Amino acid sequence: MSKRSDMTNTHNWSGQKLVSTDYLLFEAPREKHFMTGSEVLKEAMKRCTVDASVSYPITPQSEAAHLIGELWAEGYVGTYFRGENEFGVMSEVAGCAMAGARTVTTTSGPGTLRAMENFAQWSGTRIPCQLILMARGINSPLTIQPDNLEVSYMLETGCMIWYAENVQELFDMSIAAFTVAEKPDVHVPIITVVDGFFVSHTREAVMLPADDIALEPYDPYKAPLPPIDSETPPGRFLRDPFVMKSNYISYATHASWQWEVRSAVERSRPYAEHYLKGLIHITGEDDAEIAFVTCGTASNQAKEAHRELMKLGIKTKVIKLRTIRPFPAKELLEAVQGIKHIFVPEFNVVGWLEKEVRKELYNKCEADIVGGPRVAGGMSMPAEAIIAEVMEKINPGKGA
Amino acid sequence: MAKDSIKIRMPGLGGQGAVTAAHIAATAADTEGYYAVSNPFFGAEKRMAPSESYARIGTVPIYDRGEVIYPDIVMIFHPQVITMGKSYTMPFYAGIKENGLVIINSDRDLLTDDDKKTLSDLNVKVLTKDFTQFAIDMAGTELATNMAMLGALFGALGTVSKPAIEEGIKDRFLKKYTASGGTATLDSVIEKKFKKKQELIQKNLDTASAAFDLTVEWCKEVGFEQILESPKK
Repeated sequence: MSKRSDMTNTHNWSGQKLVSTDYLLFEAPREKHFMTGSEVLKEAMKRCTVDASVSYPITPQSEAAHLIGELWAEGYVGTYFRGENEFGVMSEVAGCAMAGARTVTTTSGPGTLRAMENFAQWSGTRIPCQLILMARGINSPLTIQPDNLEVSYMLETGCMIWYAENVQELFDMSIAAFTVAEKPDVHVPIITVVDGFFVSHTREAVMLPADDIALEPYDPYKAPLPPIDSETPPGRFLRDPFVMKSNYISYATHASWQWEVRSAVERSRPYAEHYLKGLIHITGEDDAEIAFVTCGTASNQAKEAHRELMKLGIKTKVIKLRTIRPFPAKELLEAVQGIKHIFVPEFNVVGWLEKEVRKELYNKCEADIVGGPRVAGGMSMPAEAIIAEVMEKINPGKGA
Repeated sequence: MAKDSIKIRMPGLGGQGAVTAAHIAATAADTEGYYAVSNPFFGAEKRMAPSESYARIGTVPIYDRGEVIYPDIVMIFHPQVITMGKSYTMPFYAGIKENGLVIINSDRDLLTDDDKKTLSDLNVKVLTKDFTQFAIDMAGTELATNMAMLGALFGALGTVSKPAIEEGIKDRFLKKYTASGGTATLDSVIEKKFKKKQELIQKNLDTASAAFDLTVEWCKEVGFEQILESPKK
């Protein structure tokens, strides 16, 4: 049960002092810890005054879902339960969020695909819930390993999509995510993606603020749509869909609402800019003629390749995209000025990020775009593979 | 010449604690002042199935993630990794770098002449020892095999101190970080088991420490030199 009634003006139901997102992310003193992505997600959610979480086990997110359950047992999360399957989970998340609860869930690969209908339902009902997507390959053949093909299925759901590179970013992003998603002029669901195993199960150093502070609670009365009310949207949509009328207004309503959801995602830009400190992060050499455009673990691997290529006297830079929806088109175009070769290393066979990059840069940029290297099915991408791709391009036939 | 970072691959079988070993290795290295990252890689979680984990340790930030394809050190936790190919890479030393190290838990020599030549050409040293028997002798249980392997690893590295290893082991078994807030129930359960837990930790520490000393001696005998730079304090 929600414990909103146990709150005071200054503290939440578990006794944590309520603070602003700016204080929690940027000002509160931090200490070093050493933990996995799953463990750090527990730490993030602990500081988010979460009303509700629904879970269903699937590797590699099971540990994270379990740890959020521990938060409930410890009194930090208002309510927590297991759905019958991922479709059930995502439907129940919608129910919780429509009732005005700050809601989080986690899933991976086949679980994401099973729940697919719900993501468009989420954005259409403008609920500001958060899905932590720990990317895993999708069938068949069966795999549990990291492969981010599933993200391509999420691109046009109308949800915001952010991509965290490592354990630290997962902590900071998943906190900022609620804040941005809940802005009255945004108010759409947010999917925070990390690569399964590479982040969820990887243990590394991370800086965390104290755990006696937490975000202010979600205020559903600031929502652009009222929480459950069957006479007005979104409740009205569900009770009495316009499509039943089969008239002009039903088409017009649907069309305009689709635009509005996507406009809302675009309106998140200035907030994401502030809380993420930029929609893209650039590392490497300012005067490089070679750039890697990456998200998630591919950014790590490209940074490793950058360091090795520097030793060979080859300057590169890594342009890490932190938001995928909204797509940071303007920032990317600025970052590739003067670049001759763009490489898009990816952990999937189709190259969905390459397609996004090509679409945004088409007729705006002279650089040659290489969709690769690519690995899939859970394979790792050693820096050596990236270096070989670069050498083949700039020094054809000579090898690395 | 000592490197600024090394990569360690630990193929074992499910249930042996290779994942735990990598986590403790990275935690201990982090405690010592290194940059460190660990991660596991496994298929369906079941006993005796291939299970692999990795640790990366360095004096520079570590970006590399996932499977270690080009390791400096390979630690074989079970003979079946070699004899039955229970690993993600074949042969088990695939990708190993020059001047590296292979530690094999086996009561007999498992390398073919070809293996020996390949490794020797790369100046890779091989330590084969029955660490399972060692664990039984030291801790009274084969479950401490991973502690013996960890001790051997740090004995060979020589730059991570025993107190840091102890910190890594305690961090793993005392789970000091997860307890807080409304965990009173959990705490009381741990307290009841505390005596038993302390004994378990002590036995693990003793096993790791003995394997550490043994490997320091072995390194002198075979001329295995410092592979990783000392941490920058």
